[in-house]
Amino acid sequence: MTTETRRLTLLLLPTGIFFSAFFLLPMAKLFMIGGSGVKGWSAYTAILTDSNYLNSLLATLGVGLATTIVTLIISGISGVFLQRHKFPGNALLVSLLTLPLAFPGVVIGFMVIMLAGRQGIIGDLSEALGHDRLVFAYSLSGLFMGYVYFSVPRTILTVMAAAEKLDPRLEEAARSLGASPWRVLVDVIIPGLKPAMISAGAICFATAVGAFGTAFTLASSIDVLPMVIYTEFTMSANFAMASALSFVLGVVTWIVLALARNASSATVAAAA
Amino acid sequence: MTRNSVLFVLQLLFTLLVCVFLIVPVGMSMLAGVTTNYQVGLESGLTLRWVLEVWDGYRDTLFASLGLSVACLIVTLILGIPTAYVLVRTQNRLSRIIEELLVLPIAIPGLATALALIVTFGGVPGFRTSWLFILVGHVLFTLPFMVRSVLAVMHAIDLKTLEEGAASLGANFRQRFVDIVLPNCRAGILAGSLMVVTLSVGEFNMTWLLHTPLTKTLPVGLADAYASLRFEIGSAYTLIFFLLITPLLLAIQAIGKARVARFVPEELATESK
Repeated sequence: MTTETRRLTLLLLPTGIFFSAFFLLPMAKLFMIGGSGVKGWSAYTAILTDSNYLNSLLATLGVGLATTIVTLIISGISGVFLQRHKFPGNALLVSLLTLPLAFPGVVIGFMVIMLAGRQGIIGDLSEALGHDRLVFAYSLSGLFMGYVYFSVPRTILTVMAAAEKLDPRLEEAARSLGASPWRVLVDVIIPGLKPAMISAGAICFATAVGAFGTAFTLASSIDVLPMVIYTEFTMSANFAMASALSFVLGVVTWIVLALARNASSATVAAAA
Repeated sequence: MTRNSVLFVLQLLFTLLVCVFLIVPVGMSMLAGVTTNYQVGLESGLTLRWVLEVWDGYRDTLFASLGLSVACLIVTLILGIPTAYVLVRTQNRLSRIIEELLVLPIAIPGLATALALIVTFGGVPGFRTSWLFILVGHVLFTLPFMVRSVLAVMHAIDLKTLEEGAASLGANFRQRFVDIVLPNCRAGILAGSLMVVTLSVGEFNMTWLLHTPLTKTLPVGLADAYASLRFEIGSAYTLIFFLLITPLLLAIQAIGKARVARFVPEELATESK
């Protein structure tokens, strides 16, 4: 071993020890415990075979998918707009839009209650318009709104960074050849944003699927997988099932992120 | 109006609407925190009563979160900077795998990481009930941000040439690391540090499972308050949280806007939930 190699190994050692002891080992243990319950290793397939778990899995994936689509549309429109038009107040708008960037899930949940809770502004507005008081914070719709709230700020930043790198000459060329704004959007802008959209979308999805704080604030009865895991662990003391479910959830989010990264670098490579 | 200006106005209105969606609840909750009776409305008058009540009852969670985030920062600096250095010096298959592994705690839900820690170390006396237990979780979750911030800067500068120059002038490794490597990575270290502190202060997913009645952080206290205390107190508590987190966020936005915009989104991406 050269001095250089030995030195680099030594420098990496503390992180290596910390990470092995507090992440790799616990994850292996989690996996083993997942198979140690009354159900044995079939706990890992229960998420597909047990209709209760399957239903919460579907609800979780549904909320994740809806969040991703809506967030990408909102952030795509506003992100490209803010990058393209530098009007007075633009910087302020960007600051405001990215202010909720680091709000934890619990606070996001409280923001949803402010908007759509029993004393929320959406209820006030709907009453003022002569309808029944509209309250949907404590349900899947409220959770969906919370995840969109959570995801829009960071996705707007990603879209703005990607839009900055788009070559405006391509759009000018398309326009001068007679393309309508719609065709320019579909054939030039969206393909250019695609890699950023794929990775931002995957992050939205993974976050929404694995999040816990927002659902926790809104209602413990919301039947998404992280809440089910929490209930299994605390209420039923079913450690094995909680371990198996959280391990599966971890694998799902990791796969989604890995697939998206491959897809997004493949699109970049294809465009280059 | 031409077609283009119609489009402009429509997009502007849309963006303003998004802004309203994001900012109105923040303003409402801040106002609710200083309103005597939220149900009655502003006519009931403004008061600092709720803020003071939170301060009296819950300020230890604020200090706990601050202390924890500083401890977390120190550990991630000690672990993260050497790691980033090694990764940038050895760009091979192994270092890519290590980089990949380090990011796992952000890719995997905090709930899973916390459960894994509990089933593994929950029985260790003294550890489960101490602040160190939460600190371990926070370090796992924030370390990738520190490593990636520093790594981004190290990739951008020609570290090898700088170091070779210093070495040819007789500098030993320690001198090179302290006098050449660290100063040149200042920007990345600063960005990473802000990120680590911000994320640690706001972390809930893991902390909720890792905490004990004696180790409560600010977000844990918030969740308690939302669940069991009156609306105004929850709001006042949130107000205090905003006062703490907003300067950190503004600092993140301010340092090198362009650079931050390039790598913050992914990094903040899967945090806090």
